[in-house]
Amino acid sequence: MALEDSHVRRAAHLARIAVSDDQASGFVEDLSRILDMVDQLQGVNTDGVAPLAHPLDATQRLRADEVTETNQRDTFQRCAPAVENGLYLVPRVVE
Amino acid sequence: MHDKTLTQLAKALGSGELSSRELTEHYLQRIQQSGAILNSFITVTADQALERADAADQARAKGTASLLTGVPLALKDIFCTQGIKTSCGSRMLDNFDAPYDATVVEKLKTAGTVTLGKTNMDEFAMGSSNENSYYGPVKNPWDLTAVPGGSSGGSAAAVAAGLTPAALGTDTGGSIRQPAAFCGITGLKPTYGRVSRYGMIAYASSLDQAGPMARSAEDCAHLLNVMAGHDVRDSTCVARGVPDYAETLNAPLSGLKIGLPIEYFGEGLDPEVEKAVREAVSVYESLGATVRDVSLPHTHYAIPAYYVIAPAEASSNLSRFDGVRFGYRCDDPSDLIDLYKRSRAEGFGDEVQRRILIGTHTLSEGFFDAYYTKAQKVRRLIRQDFLDAFEDVDVLMGPASPTPAFDLGAKKDPVSMYLQDIYTIAVNLAGIPGISVPAGFAGGRPIGLQILGTHFAEAQLLNVAHQFQQTTDWHLQRPDFAEESA
Repeated sequence: MALEDSHVRRAAHLARIAVSDDQASGFVEDLSRILDMVDQLQGVNTDGVAPLAHPLDATQRLRADEVTETNQRDTFQRCAPAVENGLYLVPRVVE
Repeated sequence: MHDKTLTQLAKALGSGELSSRELTEHYLQRIQQSGAILNSFITVTADQALERADAADQARAKGTASLLTGVPLALKDIFCTQGIKTSCGSRMLDNFDAPYDATVVEKLKTAGTVTLGKTNMDEFAMGSSNENSYYGPVKNPWDLTAVPGGSSGGSAAAVAAGLTPAALGTDTGGSIRQPAAFCGITGLKPTYGRVSRYGMIAYASSLDQAGPMARSAEDCAHLLNVMAGHDVRDSTCVARGVPDYAETLNAPLSGLKIGLPIEYFGEGLDPEVEKAVREAVSVYESLGATVRDVSLPHTHYAIPAYYVIAPAEASSNLSRFDGVRFGYRCDDPSDLIDLYKRSRAEGFGDEVQRRILIGTHTLSEGFFDAYYTKAQKVRRLIRQDFLDAFEDVDVLMGPASPTPAFDLGAKKDPVSMYLQDIYTIAVNLAGIPGISVPAGFAGGRPIGLQILGTHFAEAQLLNVAHQFQQTTDWHLQRPDFAEESA
C-alpha cells in the first residue's frame, strides 16, 4: 500500500501536528520505508486467528461505582500553561 | 564505594559500616564530576537526596529500616515525581512538574531509598540509542564514541559508570535489556502487568513495563521485591502474589532445560556476539543444564507487528499533550487548532512525530483492518511461538542485541535503527519477562546474554542469571571511565 502525500497530510491533521511542505515530503519518505517494512505482515497466514490486544488476554476489571477521587483541580492546574478562575484558557473559539 | 553492588551497599548500611549520607554524597560527587561527559542525567536532585539520606540514617538508628533504606537510586525521567521535573526526554514536558508520584516511586520511597536524580532517555521512550532526547545524546562509558543503547540509555550509562548503584528503566520493545547489554549491566523486564504503570508516562500501553537495572541479578531481585505487586490505580496491573525474588537465587540449575531459538542465531548476528553467547550457554551446561535448539517461527514478523501496534497506541496516548492542560504551548496561537498543531509540532521531536503519524495513519478509516487488526493477529502467533517453546524448555537464551553498541550517529535511517531490536521486541508482544546479563566483550564494548522465561517466571530468570554471575565475573567488569573519574 503506497503512501501518498495526501495520507501524510490527513494523518497530520487528525493528529493535530503542523507539517510544512518540506517536512511533508520527508515524512512521506520515512513513513513509506516504515510501511514497506510493515507490509511483510501481509505474508503471514492469519486465517482463524483472533486478534490479541492484551498479552495476558485479560479483560478490564470492574470496581464498585463509588466516588474515590477527591477534587484536586487546583493541584492539577498548577502545571497548565494558562488558567484563570479554575478554567483553562485557550484562544477564543466562539465569536 | 561505587565498585560495590547495591546488595553489598545495603549490607554495609545495615551493619553501620556506612551511612546513607556518606554514600549519597559520594555518588552525588561522582555525578557532578563526570555526569556532564556522559549526559546521563537530566535532573540531579542533590538537596532532596541528602534530606532523604539523613532520614534514612535516622530510621536506621531507630531500627525501623528495611533492606533498601538509604540506598541511592536513579529514576528514568519517565516516572512521575512530585516536586521534581518529569520531562520524558521531551521539550513537550521540559516545564512539567507532576502533581503526584508514580506507584513505583512511592513504593521505593516507602522502602526508604534515596533518589539521586532523573536519567536521560529517548524522547517518550522511542528509540534504541538515546540519540532522540531533547537533552542530547548519552555516551557509553565503555567507549565515549558509542551509544549507550535506548531508550533507558541514561539509566544504563549511569549504572555502568558508577554514578548510581542502580536505576529504574522501562521496556516497551527492549528499552531495558538492550541498553543493559550495551553498557555491561544487568537489566530485567518483568512480565507485562507485574509492575504498576501508574505514573509512568505511557508510550504503548499494552507493551510498557518498568524494571530494575543494576550491577547484578541479585540487585535486581531486591529491587523487584519492592517494585512488583498489584495496584488498584493501574487496571492492567496483575493481582497476583509477589514471591521473595531473593530467596530462590541460589536454587541449583541441574536439570534446567535451555532452548536456543534458531532464529536468534541467524543472519545479521555479529560473530563475536554469537561466540560470547554460546560460551555463556556452555557455562550453563557445566552447571548441569541441558541445551536444545527450538524454533520461534514468527520471529521475523515481530518488528513489523510492533511498528503497527506501538505507534497506534502511541498516537492515542500522546494525544493528551495538547498545549492546554500541561506541557509546552506555542507562542501566539491564532486559534485553537493552531494552538494544538504548533504546540505539538514544536514540542515533539522527529521520531515522536513519525510514530504518531504512522499510528494515526494505520488506525485511520480504510487502513485499520489491513494494519492494526492484522498486526494483532500476528501478535497472537508470536505469543504462541513462545508458549509452545516453553512446553519443552524452561528458559530461552540468545543475544540481547545483534551487535555490541554502535557508534553515535551511525544509524540515520529509522528502519535500520528499528531492526536493532530484533531479539527483544517479540518479548514485549508476548508479555513474557526477559533479562540481559553481561557475557563478554567485542572490541572493548560489552555483550549481553538475554534469558527469557514464561509469564511470571521472574524468580527463575533471576535465579538463572544469578548462578551465571556466581561462576563468571563479566558483571563485575568496570569501564576505565568509572575508575578514572573516581
